Amino acid sequence: MSQSYNRGLIEDFSRWREFSAGMWAWIFHKFTGWVLVGYLFTHIAVLSTALSGATEYTTTIQGLESLLIVRILEVGLLAVAVFHILNGLRLLFVDLGVGLEAQDKSFYASLILTGVIVVASVPTFLAGVTI
Amino acid sequence: MSTQVPEQVEDESASETVSTGKQKRDAKKRERAERVQEQREVEAAEKARTADDTYHLKVFRYDPEVPEKQEPRFDDFYVPYKQGMTILDALMWARDHYDSSLTFRHSCRQAICGSDALFVNGSQRLGCKTQLSDLSEPVRVEPLPHADVVKDLVVDMEHFYDQMEAVEPYFQTNSLPDGELEEQRQTRENREKVKMSTRCIWCSACMSSCNIAAGDNEYLGPAAINKAYRFAMDEREGEDMKQRRLEILEQEHGVWRCQTQFSCTEVCPKDIPLTEHIQELKREAIKNNLKFW
Repeated sequence: MSQSYNRGLIEDFSRWREFSAGMWAWIFHKFTGWVLVGYLFTHIAVLSTALSGATEYTTTIQGLESLLIVRILEVGLLAVAVFHILNGLRLLFVDLGVGLEAQDKSFYASLILTGVIVVASVPTFLAGVTI
Repeated sequence: MSTQVPEQVEDESASETVSTGKQKRDAKKRERAERVQEQREVEAAEKARTADDTYHLKVFRYDPEVPEKQEPRFDDFYVPYKQGMTILDALMWARDHYDSSLTFRHSCRQAICGSDALFVNGSQRLGCKTQLSDLSEPVRVEPLPHADVVKDLVVDMEHFYDQMEAVEPYFQTNSLPDGELEEQRQTRENREKVKMSTRCIWCSACMSSCNIAAGDNEYLGPAAINKAYRFAMDEREGEDMKQRRLEILEQEHGVWRCQTQFSCTEVCPKDIPLTEHIQELKREAIKNNLKFW
């Protein structure tokens, strides 16, 4: 063999066309994981306002909840968290070697369940908190 | 005799006695024949393109030794469909009728040699096991992803074979039977356990589909781990050997790289539950290291 052709970037992109259920589950799990890590920091920042007194904390929460964008983001956060939990359970079963032949179905099930829970939560979140 | 064109050409070069008139006539005849032939080819190509029972194949072409083919391209082939035609059949037909330089590996044509794993319509498949009728047109045939292309559809398998060799894919044991002619019997249950893993044909479809293997060149890959599973789970090899095999597998680039994307299991032409085997070896490795009992 004198020479060989390295398909480089084009091949790196073409790799993403091979998607099947398991691949999507992996991608979503990584993505939601990173989103949750990011959220953790804002969560700590908001909680730490309680250090300077109860009223400070309450006004912060009220201020945040009065913004529509925050309430919408909360719905997104719930979606991310619920999917991460459900797919995490799915991965637990995969690691235990249980139901491997139904791994795609369990992925779809976790997607649907996430959708249902998120839709059901929309009225509650958009109504906001009244303290 | 005068209709045999090639012989006349020989005659012309051999002797000067042929009259110039005859030469002219022959030249004209040849020209006409060539024209007719050309027209026929064009017609045939046109017919193939428009016919209902042909399949349109787009085949990846690359050849480092031909300047025109150094830049990869896709060639279109229109192959007349016969019932039961596979990708491999279509490629062979295209090679025999259109372009004899079309290069691809194939041998047994019955899904046991593992030579013709190809990337067909965005998924790794065995050419000889994939029915044309199952695919949507145009059928895109590419060499296996995540491997260097040597020529056309031929990829460099060296790395894959290295990974396979790394897990010592052969039977080894310290406990030989006493009698010289005594066989090393395996229990039926144990045979059932390793049955699926023995079916591997080293086609590299799983390795090519694995995203982790694509990003990490040192990762053993599904095929090699499955091979290791076949022997690690074989009770006849004994505890020492199993220990040795697990030590190979539980290294940084061994079983723990698998992130259960199930791509390998989806593409395996022999339906080996690769992910299941990798997961079982993970559990074996943990049990082996914990040993509370």
